[in-house]
Amino acid sequence: MAGPVLEPGQAQEGKPGPFGFTRPQFALFSAMAAFFAAAPFLGLYEVFLAKILCFALFACAFNLLIGYVGLLSFGHAAYFGMGSYVAGHAAKVWGLPPELAILCGGLIGFALGLPFGWLAIRRSGIYFAMITLALAQMVFFFCLQARFTGGEDGIQAIPRGVLFGVVDLGPDRNVYFFVLAVFLAGFLLVHRIVHSPFGQVLKAIRENEPRATSLGYRTDDYKLMAFVLSATLSGIAGGTKAIVFGIATLTDVHWSMSGEVVLMTLLGGLGTVFGPVAGAAIIVTMQNYLAGFGAWVTIVQGAIFVVCVLAFRAGVIGEIGKALKLRL
Amino acid sequence: MDMIFGVPAPLLFGQLVLGLINGAFYAMLSLGLAVIFGLLNIINFTHGAQFMMGAFVAWMLLTYLGIGYWWALLIAPVVVGLSGIVIERLFISRLYKLDHLYGLLLTFGLGLIIEGTFRNLYGSSGLPYRIPPELTGAWDLGFMFLPVYRGWVVIVALLVCLATWLVIEKTPLGATLRAATENAALVQAFGINVPRLVTLTYGAGVGLAALAGVLAAPIYSVNPQMGANFIITVFAVVVIGGMGSILGSIVTGFVLGVVEGLTRVFYPELSSTVVFIIMAIVLLTRPAGLFGRA
Repeated sequence: MAGPVLEPGQAQEGKPGPFGFTRPQFALFSAMAAFFAAAPFLGLYEVFLAKILCFALFACAFNLLIGYVGLLSFGHAAYFGMGSYVAGHAAKVWGLPPELAILCGGLIGFALGLPFGWLAIRRSGIYFAMITLALAQMVFFFCLQARFTGGEDGIQAIPRGVLFGVVDLGPDRNVYFFVLAVFLAGFLLVHRIVHSPFGQVLKAIRENEPRATSLGYRTDDYKLMAFVLSATLSGIAGGTKAIVFGIATLTDVHWSMSGEVVLMTLLGGLGTVFGPVAGAAIIVTMQNYLAGFGAWVTIVQGAIFVVCVLAFRAGVIGEIGKALKLRL
Repeated sequence: MDMIFGVPAPLLFGQLVLGLINGAFYAMLSLGLAVIFGLLNIINFTHGAQFMMGAFVAWMLLTYLGIGYWWALLIAPVVVGLSGIVIERLFISRLYKLDHLYGLLLTFGLGLIIEGTFRNLYGSSGLPYRIPPELTGAWDLGFMFLPVYRGWVVIVALLVCLATWLVIEKTPLGATLRAATENAALVQAFGINVPRLVTLTYGAGVGLAALAGVLAAPIYSVNPQMGANFIITVFAVVVIGGMGSILGSIVTGFVLGVVEGLTRVFYPELSSTVVFIIMAIVLLTRPAGLFGRA
């Protein structure tokens, strides 16, 4: 993508704090972690919260690519969905404990992200979007036909299992705190990646790829690495989702899922730290309320796309950050 | 029964025709995408929804107004094209100065709105649209029976593609269009109203999708999702052909349809993915696409 995703005029960062956070970011991060830790005790439903966190992790993984490298993937459902299927299969058929099953989900994300990323980074911009979409559609058809995915039924009744052989994830509260731990670890990892020297090179590529090349960076290697990291984390998010809900279905690999993660990130704010989380929370909540109204979910999602693109390109968190002159 | 490569001849020819028909739709849709991309520099994600709208307008004309297939062939593309012009003026025209990816996101969102609206109104199950009486029946070609309507679709698609190519390559209007694709500012300096040209081009590209939708209505059932599944394959076709050449996208569309049909005969498991596999191979060898300019 030519030019920055974020609009200019953002304030410069202050003193770096833990994990590369600025002070306000660290404060917001603490508040977010505290909120999610306290939420089940405030009467919010754990499974609903866990769904938000799974999608928030997915959106953070996606944001790593669009927000910091400027590559818009329209096929992230492939890694999320395959992560979901493989983790479900590992937990149900192989009888693996949840932590290993989710790891399997991450591995399949890695294994798919490597060749797909290698192909897709040959083009950029809208071609990149079309290629990733087409490759993901191939995965969708594979899942439709393959035997282990259960076709239209999907994999059902995936056991949550016992974490590390100690913690029974059966109760909703237990599984929720497990998901919260996975999410926070993923969130911090993404943030650490973005603020490492590696992340700085990614941003340089986003801003001006020929110049990054002339500085001696193999930009393709960097882009591929970012792609694979993003795909792996998406696989982990999908695997976690499969463990929490006990199902893995074609919905997870469908192109509309790729669209949803784009929407969450766009609504929250492309390239912001907390945007993907906010976007995921808003979209999942909206889906929850509109679940009984059939195609209205699709219409509202489309309308959010249109409004965001026309009037609201910095997203919710991006706009708040602009108003407060902070990078959030 | 005659056998060709160990396959019964009627099966082979049947799939070949089916492949040609799919190819006809790939060609018409990727042609529209290429024309729009050339001038607007956006990839029109609404294209699938507009294809579906074409089929629905034909169905509505018949159901509510009793207007048949032949008039629908004319009216539906005009109606949907006009709706495209409205969309371009209201929304897309605001994005030309921004990154092209925003155009993609906007048209994706518009596609969702259109698809969701039709799903709300008509449900997800398909609505039947009968083949017009003049085009029912089948021709006996000696080696196979060809349903008249299928032959008709292939012929019409070929003619439409050819006509579009002629307009763009051989007429003064097409010359202006190509010039504006190369350098819009310069063309504007010559006193040509480029924004209007852009709007009309979008309308024409969308109309082409709607025409394909009308042609498709009697073959596939008319349903809100009919475009979405098609358009992703068409994107792969566009990547394979490259968007540089009009003729390229036509040829690629037809060839890939036929390849898909043949795969269905010889290795059915791969038939839904073969286009994507070809795309991967093309990306490895010619990243700009077969007919594309780097």
